Amino acid sequence: MALELITSIKGRAVVVPGDDVDTDRIIPARYMKCVTFDGLGEFLFYDTRFHEAGGEKDHPLNDPRFKGATILLGGNNFGCGSSREHAPQAIYRYGFRALITEGYAEIFFGNSTTLGMPCMTASKADLQTLRAMVESDPSLEIEIDVENRAIRAGGKTFPAELRESARQALVTGHWDPIADLLEGEKEVDATAARLPYLAA
Amino acid sequence: MGKTLFNKVWESHAVRRLPNGQTQLLIGTHLIHEVTSPQAFAMLRDLGLKVRFPHRTFATVDHIVPTDQAFEPFADPLADAMIKELRKNCEQFGVTFFDRKTGKQGIVHIVGPEQGITQPGTTIACGDSHTSTHGAFGTIAFGIGTSQVRDVLATQTMALGELKVRRIQVDGTLRPGVYAKDVILHIIRMLGVNGGTGFAYEYAGEVFDRFTMEERMTVCNMSIEGGARVGYVNPDDTTFEYLKGRPYCPEGAAWDEAVARWRAVASDPDAPYDEIVKFRAGDIAPTVTWGINPGQAIAIDETIPSVESSAAADKESVAEALEHMKLTPGAPIKGTRIDVAFLGSCTNGRLSDFVEVAKHIAGHHVVPGVKAIAVPGSQIVALQCQKLGLDRILREAGFEWREAGCSMCLAMNPDKLVGDQLCASSSNRNFKGRQGSITGRTLLMSPIMVAAAAVTGVVSDAREVFPTTHPASN
Ligand code: SF4
Repeated sequence: MALELITSIKGRAVVVPGDDVDTDRIIPARYMKCVTFDGLGEFLFYDTRFHEAGGEKDHPLNDPRFKGATILLGGNNFGCGSSREHAPQAIYRYGFRALITEGYAEIFFGNSTTLGMPCMTASKADLQTLRAMVESDPSLEIEIDVENRAIRAGGKTFPAELRESARQALVTGHWDPIADLLEGEKEVDATAARLPYLAA
Repeated sequence: MGKTLFNKVWESHAVRRLPNGQTQLLIGTHLIHEVTSPQAFAMLRDLGLKVRFPHRTFATVDHIVPTDQAFEPFADPLADAMIKELRKNCEQFGVTFFDRKTGKQGIVHIVGPEQGITQPGTTIACGDSHTSTHGAFGTIAFGIGTSQVRDVLATQTMALGELKVRRIQVDGTLRPGVYAKDVILHIIRMLGVNGGTGFAYEYAGEVFDRFTMEERMTVCNMSIEGGARVGYVNPDDTTFEYLKGRPYCPEGAAWDEAVARWRAVASDPDAPYDEIVKFRAGDIAPTVTWGINPGQAIAIDETIPSVESSAAADKESVAEALEHMKLTPGAPIKGTRIDVAFLGSCTNGRLSDFVEVAKHIAGHHVVPGVKAIAVPGSQIVALQCQKLGLDRILREAGFEWREAGCSMCLAMNPDKLVGDQLCASSSNRNFKGRQGSITGRTLLMSPIMVAAAAVTGVVSDAREVFPTTHPASN
């Protein structure tokens, strides 16, 4: 059972600066007191976007020029810390469909891929160029070529990295593994039967 | 050629190869809690699926429980809704729930080992990044997201790419007054917060051979803070002794068979590693963080870094950390005034942590103006402490003694920092806002260092405050 094939993503981008942006920052823990992911988008980066007493802070997501951006440009080790899927869920539900950074924390990368949200990696230099381009022209359209691992913007092409298993999963529509996992039912039983602690 | 424990466990639990090239891996034990499971159960209902191995799925409640109230309903209606939702899901899907009335409730990473559910050579998954804690038993234990919680509930498997293995060997003898927490803070400081990306960490060497299970858990707990997906220690007699007689462990002949299996699953002496990193135990000092990630750490007698003195790649994050922490670059970390002292969490909320603090704190008192709380990691830890009178010793020293839970480790229950309070904390994360106030500040350290800070009101070298931790100066 294949899902939508995610081969390419086009859209405007916004820069969220800084390395080691952790999942507590992406979605503060108090917004995890919920039994559904609905509505999480509004709390994305809440504490860096809003003052404690209310009112907006200076943050790229509050900048009207970047409203409607679907691609997030970040720094290194993006999404580190807690494994909360609330973080990629909030990013996705806010409207983002892909990320380009210098690198990701493992669990965040996996969680995002499972949502069909590609996590592309670019070199520091290329990211700097892309950031500068987006900041000088917020209407710039960026194309992420998931299939061929490339980023195109303003007539330039930048190489991008994406782990092969994630690329495969996205372009073949297997990014949510549940259907494939369910198909392995018989083999699961066979594997469990070979393990004494599960056979008991 | 031999194999590592990681490779052996991976091979024995690999179900098949998936179309995207990942492995479908069997998860022997699934631990769940109230925060990351409700959406997964909802997805299960949407798909019309059941829990595949309900007898291998165990639940507890930890993040949202208030630690100053033993009864329900909770004052916070959202928290109350979450515990009720978990209770309902466990009943409906036939999952064992260590609810508060069982007397076995606690932080999920403390409950698993305590019950003997965590066993060598097995796989564990839990929707919580500190699942790596269970690796102390020679378990391959993954922290996962909610969609994967759904996958494991529905299929008892998940899709994963294989990891590389880095052996981290610490040889020699730790100096007096240096604890497991200092060892892991030192490792993360040296290898970086993303140094472990793509790796499983195997902790080994003389220091780990001598460590108790609780010390091994403290180190494995923070593997994720170093970027590693899992961390483990090979099982040995210390492991088996800890497990013997625990509720979910086999008995009699089955126990002997299990021990033989567990012994065999340890890494072979000639196992190949993708990398080996060595540390000398004598180089490790009591360590504290000064910044906003666990890698921003220094020895207690070092000074707070400045932007100028930092490597080019770190300048931006050092500047951001200094701004948030409101600390003076170049000043000693020792002597920094604290407002709150927190003893607890899945890193350092076990019996031995409270035993160690109680042993040295008698005759000292928390200074006025410092709020000090001690929070046992589970109801069983609480009971053990009470039997030994540790709660009384801590109370007499000026700590509040609380009910079991995650408490001030994260901002999901009433225990929170206020404003820019500075907290000496035995937990594992010092991210901005982690302890509940956007401007709150966290200094990670060992429990004994938290106690030293509490009784002096400033960040202190516990070896000076409690000469008893440091026999050399007796
Ligand atoms: S004690 Fe802290 S780190 Fe551990 S499970 Fe609870 S919230 Fe997470």
